[in-house]
Parts: sequence; C-alpha cells; structure tokens
Amino acid sequence: MDERALNTALVGALLAVLILGAAIGPFALSPARIAAVLTGDRSDSQAVTVLLNIRLPRVLAAAIVGAALAAAGAAYQTTFRNPLVSPDILGVSAGAGFGAVLGLLLGLPVVAIQMLGFGMGLLTVALVIALTLALRGAGQVLIMVLCGIAIGALAGAGISLVKLLADPEQQLPAITFWLMGSLAGVKRADLAAALPALLIGLAPLLALRWRIGLLAMGDDEARAMGVDAGRLRLLVIACATLMTAAAVAMAGVIGWVGLMVPHMARLLTGPRFDRMLPAAILIGAGFMVLVDTAARTVATLEVPLGILTAVLGAPIFVLLLARGARPWSE
Amino acid sequence: MERMTPLIETRGLTIGHNRKPLIGGIDLRLCRGQVLCLLGPNGAGKTTLFRTLLGLIPPVGGEVALLGQPLSALSRTDIARRLGHVPQALATPFAFSALDIVLMGASARLGPFARPGKPERARAMAALARLGIADLAQAEITRLSGGQRQLVLIARALAQDAAAIVMDEPTASLDFANRLQVACAIRALADAGTAIVLSTHDPDQAARLGDAAILLNRDGVIATGPIQETLTEARLTRLYRVPVTRSLGTDGRMHFH
Repeated sequence: MDERALNTALVGALLAVLILGAAIGPFALSPARIAAVLTGDRSDSQAVTVLLNIRLPRVLAAAIVGAALAAAGAAYQTTFRNPLVSPDILGVSAGAGFGAVLGLLLGLPVVAIQMLGFGMGLLTVALVIALTLALRGAGQVLIMVLCGIAIGALAGAGISLVKLLADPEQQLPAITFWLMGSLAGVKRADLAAALPALLIGLAPLLALRWRIGLLAMGDDEARAMGVDAGRLRLLVIACATLMTAAAVAMAGVIGWVGLMVPHMARLLTGPRFDRMLPAAILIGAGFMVLVDTAARTVATLEVPLGILTAVLGAPIFVLLLARGARPWSE
Repeated sequence: MERMTPLIETRGLTIGHNRKPLIGGIDLRLCRGQVLCLLGPNGAGKTTLFRTLLGLIPPVGGEVALLGQPLSALSRTDIARRLGHVPQALATPFAFSALDIVLMGASARLGPFARPGKPERARAMAALARLGIADLAQAEITRLSGGQRQLVLIARALAQDAAAIVMDEPTASLDFANRLQVACAIRALADAGTAIVLSTHDPDQAARLGDAAILLNRDGVIATGPIQETLTEARLTRLYRVPVTRSLGTDGRMHFH
C-alpha cells in the first residue's frame, strides 16, 4: 500500500479506537455524547466528569504508553540490527521498575514514585553507556548490549530485594501489581508529565528517521554513506530511554508491545525505518488503547496490562508469522 | 587542471590499528577511469587499508587525500561524496528491497532531516539499470544471488555519486558466471570514468581488470605500479610465498598458476 494511504488508514483506525475506548465503561458514553462534550457542551455534568476526568486521561495515557514503547522498540531493532530486541535491552525497564518499587517500599507519594522510576530508568541506561565507554566498546553494539544485560540483572536483583523487604500484607501486593503494569487511576497530571517526555523523545526519531534507518546496515557502511553512526546511535538510545522510562514510570512494566508492534508495522511497510516508524507509533498507540480498554472491562477486577499484552499479543504475533510474511532474513 | 588532480592519493601512508603500525610506505595515486587492484594474502591489511582510505580508522602516519583534499579536513559527508564503498557482504538482518538499498546511497547528498524523493529514486533506478538489474528493483535482497547482491551494492555506490569507489573483494564468494558479470560491470564503470580500488585474491582477474596494482603482505608493500610491470613471477612468488609462474595466453593476456 502507498505510504500516505497506509498512514491515513492507521490514523483513522487510531481515532476509532480512541473513541471506542472513551465510550466503553461502567458509565457508557455514546460517540455523539463524546463529540458533544468535546465541542463544549457542558449540559450533562456526569458525562463531562467521566469523559474529561476519567475516561479521556486513561485512553490518552494508554495511547502515549503504546506509542512510546513501539517507537522505542522500532528504533532499537533497527539501530541494534536485531529484530529480537525490545526497549528493555539496555535495562531501562528494570531500572525504572526498581526505582518505582523502591518508592512503593518507602511509602512515597505517587508523584515521587513516578519520578523515582523515571530517574532510575535514565540512570540505568546512563550507567550502561558509561560502562560501555569505559570498556572502549562504544563502537561495538555487542559490548553495549552485554553491559545492558549486566546492569539490568542488577536492577532485577534490586527489585527482588525490595519484594523481600516489603510488608507482605500491604506493600508486596501493590509492588507485584505495579510490576505487571496498569493504568488504573491515571490522572490528567500524569498525562502532563509523560507527554513532554514522549514528544521530546519522538521528535528527533521522526526527524532523523531516514538516517537512523542506515544504521541497519552496520556502522562501517553507515559511516561510509555519510552518517556519524556512533553519535546517531547514542541519540537514538537517549530518545528511546526517555520515552520508555516515562512509559514505565506511569504504567509499570508492560512487555511485548515494544517487541511485537515493530514487527506488525514492518509487515505493512517493509523494513525501511523511515516508513516503519510512523506505522509502529500509530499501531502501538491503538493496540495499547484496545488492551487497556479490555483490561478495565473484561472482568470485575482490573486485569494487569502485562498479562493482557502477552495474552493478546502472542497469538496475533504467531498468526502474523504463520501467514509467512517475514521481512527479515532467515 | 581538474583532470590532473588524483581522485585518491596517499603519501607515506602507514596503516594500522590503535596507533600500532601494520604497514608503512604506501604511496598510491589513482586518477579518473583507473582500476587499482590490491593483491595479497589474507591478514595482509587490505581491509585495514580500505578502512583507512574511507576515514573509518585514522592513519598511523602519512596522509590520504581525496580529490586533492586531505582526509583529516573532510567531514563524514564530504568523504561519502568523494568515495563510495562496496563492502564484501551485506550485514543487515532485514529484508530490504534492492531499490531500498540503492536509495541509501543518496544519503550523503541529502540534508540531515530529508528523505529520498523522486529525484533520488530516479537516480537509484538509473544506477540499477546501468548494471543491468533494473528488473530486480523490488526484489528482496535476501532472495538474490551473491552476484546480484554485489551488483546492488555497486549500484548503491553509483547512486552515492562519488568519483571513486573502493570495493572489498567484490568477486570473492561468487561462482564463475557471477564473477564474470561483476568483473564486466566494474570494468565498464571504470571505462566510463569512475576510479576504482578493489582487492582480489585472483592475479588473473587483476591482470584482466586492472590498470595498476599494489602488492601487500605482512612484510609491507612488495610492489606498486602499472599492472604489466607489477605482476611479475618474482614479485608474486615473494607476495604469496609459493612459486608462481606467468604465461601469456593466445589473447595476449597474462595468466598465473
């Protein structure tokens, strides 16, 4: 399909999913009612409260998280030249997770928990980069990934330690639930905190997406074609880390999206990063809104997002693979 | 005077890794339309020399100049505009189309935020057509033969629109037919004006394709010069450390065995 037609279709699908997510819930809102409230009709105060204070922040938060994870995963798969890479590869999720559960253990307020998670996510990747540079492995992707695995394992150990120290009646369930991912209780203030991180991370990736795509050919080739590969990769890592840390701080650890959505996008657009990235962002946002809508409606209890992304994602992924479209070499 | 400026020139060049010299005293001079063949056993430093010429690693000593400009004064984009690169093999896990790969060659002439548009696409198609593989434009690179992939990579270097191209063993892993096809393509490019440096393990091929040769082994530069004078029995024997004999075929070409 033509690039513009595809992106237009994906934008349309995302809007439809956003409206669906805003409409469904214990207090159902018709699309007409949603349109009325959004265009300034304040006559139905209950609808206004539900839509503007509960439903919309949550739906938009899901879209932000999905877009962030999908974009970070897409960028990492291309820059690390590996279709099996996810945004967690340099330990950002484990680091952010450690920061957040530490906040939960210390009984900090929600804002502080999120800040701590965000900060620790950034710090973890900064540590990985510093370690890579100290080992003079900046040009070697493998060294960087191995450093990421090592530091990520340390953060994982930290999470286990926090769980061990937590009060099993109160804190441990909260920590466990948080680690499985949830957008329950997201407020407009959370959106305001996560949105800048998403935009700041996304803008350079989108603007430089043609050049970033050259990194898929390997550093020497990219450099011979006029791209400063080392510096560009660091920029990509910084952007992806910013977005992922913000997503994890707001929604907890949500697996699968960052790995799977870029593959879905690639099946539609082919492997060119400049075409794949916008599709991955739109699909990621839509997919996450659907998953979160399911999370709050399929059972009386909220289902953690991490469970749903795997339960929905794995069969879709296998189905796509079974259809035979594999835009990477075997 | 434009024609006199060598496209690639090295003066007293010493190559190596991490400031440890590997080979010194490399003096090359390559002009429009010339093919320079680099011969030598594995591990002699052929790839190191290429990486130095491309500015991917710094020289340990001496100087490299591209179109008269010292390499140290050129940005990465400047280098890419002067010198194209054909790697030994593709190193990507993704199934790009041949056209996608060739389009990448346009990057050095695009702004940092630009994507290739219609003119770049037309140039890429022209490069594919020039190598006789326009019909493969939409084919996935992973489904092409080794020779076809090599032609795609050469097309990418053409789309880069550089005056000179270095090719790292462009025919090394190819079967006979593919090797012939790629060799013909290389000679045709040179005849149309592109300067080419290539490494090869086959002195016969060097004799057929090359205008000049440089012989490298671990002892250093064995010889540099016009092809007829450089590819002698004594020098090749010294280069490969096995006895080499040269004969002239009925076609007047040199053969080595």
